[in-house]
Amino acid sequence: MLAWTIYISFLGALVLLLLPSRNAALVRVLALATTLVTFAITLTAFLQHRSGEMFTVVDYPWISSLGIHFSLKADGISLTLLLLTGVIGVCGVLFSWDVDHRIKEFFAFYLVLIGAVYGVFLSFDLFLLFVFYEIVVIPKYFLIAIWGSTRREYAAMKLVLYSFIGSAMVLVGLIAAYVVAGSRSMSLGDLAGYQYSPHFQMWAFPLVFVGFGILAGLWPFHTWAPTGHVAAPTAASMLLAGVVMKLGAYGCLRVAMTLFPLGLAPWGFHVLGLGSWRDVFAVLAVIGILYGALVALVQKDFKFVIGYSSISHMGFILLGLMTLNQIGLSGAVVQMVSHGILAGLLFAVVGRMVYSRTHTRDLPALGPMHMNKALPFAAFTFVIAGMASMGLPGFSGFAAELMILIGVWHSYPTLILFVGIGLIAGVAYIWRAMQQAFFTGPTPAAAVAPPDHPLPPITFPEKLGAGILICSSVIVGTFPQVFLNVIHPALNSPLFQGLRNGGW
Amino acid sequence: MNSFPWLTILTAVPLVGALAVLALGVRNKAFVRWTALAFSAISLIITLILWHSFNSTADGFQFQELHAWIPSLNVSYRVGIDGLGLLMLLLTAIVVPIGMLASWQIEQRVPLYFALVLMLQTCLVGTFTALNFFHWFIFWELALIPAFFLVRLWGGSGSAKAAMQFLVYTMVGSVAMLLSFLAIFLATKTFDFTELAAMAQNGTLMPAVVAKLGWHLLTPEHVALVIFFGAFLGFAVKVPLFPFHTWLPSTYSEAPSGTTILLTGAMSKMGVYGFLRILLPIFNPEMQKVLNLLLWLAVATVVLSAYTALAQKDLKRIFAYSSINHLGYCLLAIFAVAKFTGGDAALTTQKFAAMNGVFLQMFNHGLTAATLFWFIAMLEKRTGGVRGLDDFGGLRKVIPVFTGLMGIALFSSLGLPGLNGFIGEFLIFKGSFPLVTWATSLSVIGLLITAIFILGVIQRVFSGPLKEKWAQLPDLTLGERLALVPVIGLMFALGLYPQLILGVVNHTAIQMAIHLRNF
Amino acid sequence: MSVINYGQLLQLAWPEIILTVAALIALAADLLFFRQSALRTRFLVAASIASIGCIAAIFKLLPGSSEGMLLGGVFLSNPATHLVQIALLVIAILTLFLSVDSTFTDHVGEFVLLILLATTGMMFLVASQDLLVIFISLELLSLSVYILAGFDKRSSRSAEAALKYFLFGGMSAAFMLFGFSLLYGFSNSTNLVQIASAIHAVPLNPLVILAIVTTVIGFGFKIAAAPFHFWAPDVYQGAPTPSAAFIASGSKVASFFIFFQVLVIGFAGAEGSATLHHFQSGWVPVIVTVAVASMLLGNLVAITQTSLRRLLAYSAVAHAGYMLLAYVAHSEQSLAALLYYVATYALATLGIFGILTVTEKQLGNDKISDLAGLSRRAPFLSACLFIFVLSLAGIPPLSGFFAKFLLFTAVLAVSPGSKLLIGLIIFAIGMSAVSLYYYLRVLKSAFVADPPADATPIQSPMLLQLVVGLLAAGVVALGCAPDLILNQILKVIHASGL
Repeated sequence: MLAWTIYISFLGALVLLLLPSRNAALVRVLALATTLVTFAITLTAFLQHRSGEMFTVVDYPWISSLGIHFSLKADGISLTLLLLTGVIGVCGVLFSWDVDHRIKEFFAFYLVLIGAVYGVFLSFDLFLLFVFYEIVVIPKYFLIAIWGSTRREYAAMKLVLYSFIGSAMVLVGLIAAYVVAGSRSMSLGDLAGYQYSPHFQMWAFPLVFVGFGILAGLWPFHTWAPTGHVAAPTAASMLLAGVVMKLGAYGCLRVAMTLFPLGLAPWGFHVLGLGSWRDVFAVLAVIGILYGALVALVQKDFKFVIGYSSISHMGFILLGLMTLNQIGLSGAVVQMVSHGILAGLLFAVVGRMVYSRTHTRDLPALGPMHMNKALPFAAFTFVIAGMASMGLPGFSGFAAELMILIGVWHSYPTLILFVGIGLIAGVAYIWRAMQQAFFTGPTPAAAVAPPDHPLPPITFPEKLGAGILICSSVIVGTFPQVFLNVIHPALNSPLFQGLRNGGW
Repeated sequence: MNSFPWLTILTAVPLVGALAVLALGVRNKAFVRWTALAFSAISLIITLILWHSFNSTADGFQFQELHAWIPSLNVSYRVGIDGLGLLMLLLTAIVVPIGMLASWQIEQRVPLYFALVLMLQTCLVGTFTALNFFHWFIFWELALIPAFFLVRLWGGSGSAKAAMQFLVYTMVGSVAMLLSFLAIFLATKTFDFTELAAMAQNGTLMPAVVAKLGWHLLTPEHVALVIFFGAFLGFAVKVPLFPFHTWLPSTYSEAPSGTTILLTGAMSKMGVYGFLRILLPIFNPEMQKVLNLLLWLAVATVVLSAYTALAQKDLKRIFAYSSINHLGYCLLAIFAVAKFTGGDAALTTQKFAAMNGVFLQMFNHGLTAATLFWFIAMLEKRTGGVRGLDDFGGLRKVIPVFTGLMGIALFSSLGLPGLNGFIGEFLIFKGSFPLVTWATSLSVIGLLITAIFILGVIQRVFSGPLKEKWAQLPDLTLGERLALVPVIGLMFALGLYPQLILGVVNHTAIQMAIHLRNF
Repeated sequence: MSVINYGQLLQLAWPEIILTVAALIALAADLLFFRQSALRTRFLVAASIASIGCIAAIFKLLPGSSEGMLLGGVFLSNPATHLVQIALLVIAILTLFLSVDSTFTDHVGEFVLLILLATTGMMFLVASQDLLVIFISLELLSLSVYILAGFDKRSSRSAEAALKYFLFGGMSAAFMLFGFSLLYGFSNSTNLVQIASAIHAVPLNPLVILAIVTTVIGFGFKIAAAPFHFWAPDVYQGAPTPSAAFIASGSKVASFFIFFQVLVIGFAGAEGSATLHHFQSGWVPVIVTVAVASMLLGNLVAITQTSLRRLLAYSAVAHAGYMLLAYVAHSEQSLAALLYYVATYALATLGIFGILTVTEKQLGNDKISDLAGLSRRAPFLSACLFIFVLSLAGIPPLSGFFAKFLLFTAVLAVSPGSKLLIGLIIFAIGMSAVSLYYYLRVLKSAFVADPPADATPIQSPMLLQLVVGLLAAGVVALGCAPDLILNQILKVIHASGL
C-alpha cells in the first residue's frame, strides 16, 4: 500500500506532463488530488502500524547479479517522516495555487520530488535509497532555476553541486560497505548486521555522515541552504526545508549511524578536546545552531532569516543524533517533523503570503507597509509559526527541543550553555523579523495611509494550508506521544543494535 | 484521585471566551466587551465555588486531576490547588475583570484585545493550577505571548522597545529555567513538583543530578548551584528581583493601563508563586547556601525600587517601581523562610507568620496595584493620556470622589493599618525580623521611602493650586463608582478582617514551611 | 604451424560477410536505381538495405550460433564477441536511421557503404586475438571513419576534422605498430596468449615497457583518452552529425573491448602495481595515469565549453577515464561493467547527436546557449535530451548511473582493502560530481532559459523522433532494469573467459 505513494506521485507527474489541456485549474486540482491521495495513504499506514516495528511493503529481486532488491520497508521513524512528507506535499500544492508560468512542468517536477522523497523514506535497500536520493536533486534544480527569484540560477547550481558532492561521498561509502561485506546484498539490514572492521568504520562513518549531513545543513557545509531556500519558489522552499533537509538527517541516522556505529567510538586520543567523530559532529551541530541563529539575527532579507533559522534548527537535529540516547534520538526525529512543519509554514508566509503580494522581502521596506493591518492573516500565521519555531511550549518545536536538550544534558552537559544561547538567539531573530516585517510603523493611533495598490487578500488555499500546518504543529506539540509510540520501538529494533551497543 | 474537573474547566472557560470573542468579529464593539466580561465573570463564579468548597484544613492538593499524557517522558497532566493556588485563582479572577473594565475605552481591534486578555487569563489559571513542570511551563511561557501583544499593539510610542525588552528578559530567564529542569528530569525521570519536592526533602535530588551530569569541571556543590541559578533566573526576572528588573518600568508605563493591571495584578504573582511552589521546596538547600546573596538582592530590590520611585515624574512609572518594591517584601520573607533554623520552635512560628504574610501580601498587592492602575486609566481617559506627576494639582476640588477613593487605594499601598496593605507587610516584617534581622531592618528603609513617595503623589496631584485646564474635569460616573465599590470594600474588609484569607491559606502556609528540609 | 580451415572461417565469419555484401548491394542500388530520387528516399532505401544486412548478421550472432577459434586466436567467435558485435550492429542501424534526414551529402551509397565497412572492421577487431589482424581491422575501421569525418565536402570544418583525425590517427597507428613490432620481436609471435607467456617467462623487460606505452598510446588515441584526445573536439565538432555519432559510439565500443583484451590477455603478467609503497612497473600504472589524466582534463575542460559537440568530446574524454578504471581491476566483473558502461554510454551519445541533427539544422549551430527554450520549442526532443544528459551525468535511475555503480563496485571488489582503488573511486565519483555542473548547463539552457522572441516550434522528422525516443527508452530501461542485459553480459563473459 505504502509503495503507492511513490508510484502515484510519479504517475501524477507523468499524467500532468502528458495532459493535452492547458487548463491551469485542472492541473492544480490534479496535483492536489495526487498529493492528497498519497497523504491519505501515509496517514492510513501510520494509523495501521501503531506498533512502530518494521514491516515490509514490497520486496522483490531487482538486479539479481548484484543482490540488489527493490525493497521497501517502513518502521516508526520512516512512518513519521512519511506522514510529514504527506502533509507538506499537500500544503506545498496549496501554497502554489498562484503559479501559472509553465504550470504543468512545475507540478510535474514537484510531484517527482515528492515521490522521490517518499522513496528515500521507504527504501530499505541502500541502492534503491541512493537512487531516490539522487532523483530528488534534479527536480530541485529546475524548480529553483525556472520558478525561483533572487539569483536563482546561481542558487540552484550551488544547491545541486553541494547535494551531488554530498551524495558522491555517500556513494563512495555505500560502495565500499557493499564490497567489503562481500558484494552480496545492499539491504540495510544485512549490511548493518555485518561486522565492519573498526578501522574501516572510522573513515567510512564520517564520509557517509558528512555526505548526508551536507543535505541536512551541517555546518560548515550548509552554505547551499540559505541561498537555495531564498531563491526557491514557495513550494520548493517548503519542500526543501520541510522534507529534503530531513532526507539528509534521516540518512545520517538510518544509514551512516546504523552501518558504522563504531565510527562514533572514541579515537583514543584528543584533538582540541575532541575525542571522537561523535564529539566533532556534536560540536559542529552546536556551531550550526549558534551560527544559524546569529546570522539570522542580522539579515535584511526576510527569507534569509528563515533560511538561516533552518540551519539552526537542523543543528538541533544533528545534535540530537549525536546524543546517542533514546530520548535524544527520538527528540531528533520529532524535531525533523517539527521543523518540517514549521519551516514549511514560515516559508509559506514569507514566500507566498508576503513576497508574492508585496514583491519585496526587504525587512526595512516591509515595515512601512503596515503588514499587520494589510495582511492580518499573514501576521497572525507568522506569529504562530514564529513562536512555535522558537520553541514556545505547546507547539511542536518545544516538545522536540525538550527531548533533545534532555539528551544533550545526558551526553554533552558542557554544550548545553551554547545551546541555551542558541535558543535565546532563536527567540531574538524571530521577534526581530516579526517586529520589522509586521509591526513597525506608526502607532495604531496615527492615521494609516491606504497603500496605492491594496494588497490582494489571502486566498482560501493559503488559509487552508496554513491551518493544516498550524494544527499539525499543535498536535505534535501537545501529543508527541503519538509519535514516540512508534519511534521508540523503531529505535529498539535490531537495526539499531550496533548503535545501542555503542553505549546509549 | 480525579475529582470533577473544575480546574480544567476553569482553565478552558477564558480560552473558549477568547475564541468566541474572536469569532464575533468587529461589528459590535460593546457586545464584544460585554461578552468578554461575561466570560471573566463565569471564571469568577467558578473560582468562588471552589473557594466555597475548599477544605481549608486538609493537607495536600485538592480538586486534583491526573491523566497520563506523554508516558515516554513520564509527563502527566496533573492539576490541583492548595490554599496558595486557590488564593492566586481568586486574585486572577478579580484582577482580570478590573483589567477589562479599565480597558473599556479601547477602540482599536477590540475583539483581539479582549481575546488576548482572556488568553492571558487561561495561561494564568493554568500556571497556578499545574503540578507538573511540563504543562506548567507551557502556560508560563504562553502567558508571554498575549502579554507581549497587549503591550506591543495597544501600548504607547515606546512600546516596541518595551515589549521587546520584556520578551527578551523573560525568555532568557525561561530558557535558563528550562535547561535546569531538563537536567533535573534527566536524573529523576520526573517533572512532577510533588515528587521533586519529596526528593529534595530527603536529600536525594541534587546528588542524583550531579551524578548524572558527571560534570567534572565543577564540584558537586557548584553543579547544584548552577542548576539552581538557572531556575532562579526564570523566576527572578518575572517577579522581578534586582538587578533583573529593568524591563518592568518601561513595560508597565508603555502598556495600556488595562494591560498594566493584568501585568502587575496577576502576572507578577507568577514569579512569586514560582518561588513558593517550585524554588522553595525543590531548591531549599541551595537557597540556604546562597542565602546572604539572595537577601541582599531582596533588600536592594526593596530599597532601590522605592528610592527610584521617588525620582519618577510619571504616575505609571511610580507605581511600577512601587510594584517592584512591594513584591520585594514577599521575596524578603520567602528568603527568610528558606533560612536554616534547625528546628527551633520559636523561629518556626515566625516562619509561619512570614509565610502567611507573603500570601497576604501577594493578594493585597495584586488588588491594590490593580486598583491604582485602574484609577490611572480613569484619569488618563479624562485627561487624554496625561499622567505626569507635575501636570496636576488640586484635583480634589474638581473630582472629590475620585480623590477620595484613589486616596484609599494609595493608603492601602502605603500600608496604613485598617486597610488591606497593612496586615501582609506587618506579618512579613514580624516573621522575617527574628529570622534575618539585618536584612529586615534594612528593608524598613523601603517602607519609609514608600510612605514618602505615596504622600508626595497625594500632595502633588490632589492638593495645591488647581491648574486651569483641569477645571472642567468630570468626576467618577455612577457606573465607575459602582464598579469600584466592591474593590474598595474588599480593601477595607481584608484590612479589618484578614482572617477572610488567612483562614483559607494558613494551613497551606504552615504545611509549606514545615515541608522545607531541615527547617 | 596449423593450417587454416577455410570452411570454418567462412562459417564463423558469416556475419561479416553478410555485412559486406549488404554494403555492396546498398551502394549498387543507390548508384543504379535511385540516383534521381529525392535525397531522403535514397537515404531511406540505402539505410533499409543496410539495416536488413545488419539484422541478418545479428541473427547469425544470436546465442546458439557457431563458436570457435581459428589459428589459436587469429579469428575467434565466442559469446562475448558475439555480444559486442551485436551491440556494434545495433549502433550501426541506429546511426543509419539517424542520418536519413541528413542533407550534407549526395553520395548516399558511399556513405552507407563506409558505415558498414567501418562496422565490419569493428567486428573483425573485436573478434581477434592476433596483433596483425587487430591492426588490419583497426586500419579498416580508421580509414572508413576518416572519410566519414570529412564527408561533408561543403564544410571546411568537416575537412579540417578529417585531416586532423587522419594525421593524429596515422601517428597513433605508427606508435601502435611500433609497439606491436617490439612485441613480435620479443615473443616471436603475434598471438596475444603466446606474447603473454613470453612476457611471463622473463622478468619485466624495458622493451616490454616500451611496447606497453606505445600500445597504450595507440589505443588511447582510439578511445580518446587524455592526453591523446586532441583530435576529439575537432572531429566531434566538424564531422557531419551521423559520422560524429558513429565515431563517438560504435568506434568507442569496439576499441574499448579490444584494448581490454590486448592488455589483459597480451600483457598478462605485466600488470605491475601502482600503489605508492609497492610500485612496480607494468601497464596498470600507465593506465592509472591515463585514467586520472582523462577524468581530470575531460571534466575540467568541459566546464568551459560553449559548443555542445565540443562539450560532448571532453565529456567523452572524462568517460574514457572512468572506463579505464575497469582495466585497472581487470576482472570478469569489471569487463562486464565496462561493456555495460560503454554500451549505455554509446546509447546516450547517439541520442544526443540525434537531437543535434535536428537542432543544428534549425538553429544553425551547436552553441549551448542557442538551445535556449528548447523545452518549449521541441518538448519531446528536450525530454529525451534530459534523459541522455542526465544519464551521462550519472543520475539514477538512468543507465549511466547504474553503469558507474556497477563499474565502481566491480573495480573495488577486486581488492576491497586497496587504498589505490578506493582512492581512484573517490576521485572518479568526485569528478562525476563536477561533471554535473556542465551537464546541467546544457539542461539549463534547454529548460530554464527563455526562448528567443522570434522562436518557433522546431519541426523534427518522425523517424528521427522514433529513433531518439527508442534510444531514450533504452537508456531508461537499462537503468531501471539492468538485469535486461547485465545477466547476459556476465554469462557470456564467464562462458568466454577473459
